[in-house]
Amino acid sequence: MREQPNFRPSASLETLKHRARMLQGIRAFFHARGLLEVETPILNSTGVTDPHIDSLQTHWRDNGKPVYLHTSPEYAMKRLLAAGSGPIYQISRVFRYGERGTQHHPEFTMLEWYRPGMDHLQLLAEVDELLRTLLAGHVSLHDSIRWTYREAWQQTMGIDPFTLNSNELQQLAREQGIDVTGLGDDRDGWLQLLMTHCIEPALPGATPVFIFDFPASQAALAKIRPAEPPVAERFELYLNGMELANGFHELTDAAEQHGRFEADLALRAQMGKPAMPIDEHLLAALPQLPDCAGVAVGLERLLMVALGARKIDEVMAFVLDA
Amino acid sequence: MASYSTSEFKSGLKIMIDGDPCAIIENEFVKPGKGQAFNRVKIRNLKTGRVLEKTYKSGESLEAADVMDTEMQYLYNDGEAWYFMHPETFEQFGADENAVGENIKWLKEQDMWVVTLWNGVPIATTPPNHVVLSVTETDPGVRGDTSGGGGKPATCDTGAVVRVPLFINESEMIKVDTRTGEYVGRVKE
Repeated sequence: MREQPNFRPSASLETLKHRARMLQGIRAFFHARGLLEVETPILNSTGVTDPHIDSLQTHWRDNGKPVYLHTSPEYAMKRLLAAGSGPIYQISRVFRYGERGTQHHPEFTMLEWYRPGMDHLQLLAEVDELLRTLLAGHVSLHDSIRWTYREAWQQTMGIDPFTLNSNELQQLAREQGIDVTGLGDDRDGWLQLLMTHCIEPALPGATPVFIFDFPASQAALAKIRPAEPPVAERFELYLNGMELANGFHELTDAAEQHGRFEADLALRAQMGKPAMPIDEHLLAALPQLPDCAGVAVGLERLLMVALGARKIDEVMAFVLDA
Repeated sequence: MASYSTSEFKSGLKIMIDGDPCAIIENEFVKPGKGQAFNRVKIRNLKTGRVLEKTYKSGESLEAADVMDTEMQYLYNDGEAWYFMHPETFEQFGADENAVGENIKWLKEQDMWVVTLWNGVPIATTPPNHVVLSVTETDPGVRGDTSGGGGKPATCDTGAVVRVPLFINESEMIKVDTRTGEYVGRVKE
């Protein structure tokens, strides 16, 4: 006898009501602050060059040229900002090739917003306010912690990551009992390994932890501030050991952005990953991009924290059955 | 040789790690939004039974382990190996001490066990959840006690020592749960 497929949602209907209320809460929060809600295309002629983010690819007509599902609405939103939109936010479905786990699903909902005139630290404060607004009545939060990347390592591991080379980081991972294969001398890879395996689990519970001023090698699209050593004006928000948000004081220098794209593509080639077309529209827009900060928040993760869900499946109506 | 990429990892998958066949117990995908993805796995070494944790950079591949679980009937022991027979092909497989391990105390002729074969050689054996054993030695039963509240040790024909209710006597048959080692009930012939 054929087994009946289970048509039921992976989230409870109660959870879906919470989800709807959270979306309303987000819109009310930004409406009150005068941000404009925008919608930008999911389907684009370019994807991202980021070596660790892979775009899903498809075709819209038979001319052999691929089109890509966006992995975040960042580039299009920056073009709106450069065109004079003022502060904007967007709630959109984004797509990531190959990402699946208890906290990952290849399609998820991203809340992203941009604030002209703010830097990453000012925006971080607004993220904290939104977080407390949306989680009120669900979880009671302690005062937030704000640590630089260096402080986060010093507080949890007792070391300064900026002074260690990849061999020393490898040694540290071994001392922590992490048996890992495949990293070689990828220094950022070792930093990210220790971050996900040692630091994230060591962060205090029920406490939003903002970590900012990342190593310049992990700047992505953030401005790099000259310092000793230089740091990327980027922040991450962690709550209950889960990464919830990533924000930048946005890079506005088109030449530097172009250089980072090229460096990404070189790294992708080295990793045996397909090259990605560079978004020339973004590069053309950057000279007019106002000084601004932007942040992306994973909505499902936020719901997971609000409802104490262990798996992302519990907060999505349906998950990919593949 | 077949191999599995980290994207195919899931619990139950049999892979080779450091020359030993292993089974994935748990697989967790770990990835910072901006940064390297990892697969953090909990695995059981199928030869030693030891559980260990390992992390793989996502995209790495591991050789598949040719491991099969097959139900077989236990036949006899010749002093060196314990022989199991496939019920359909009648092929016999000799399992050594490591493969039988502590389970030996549940091993009775003609019982059906799960034999784990790696490249055609038994590396582990799993007893049925319940076995029926004969009590060969226990203190005399106490009259009037049928509650089984206190209990007493009983040695069985396979060598297993099981805690049984006081009313169980020598040469009686008892049913035992091999997962917990606990007495389940008395079996009437």
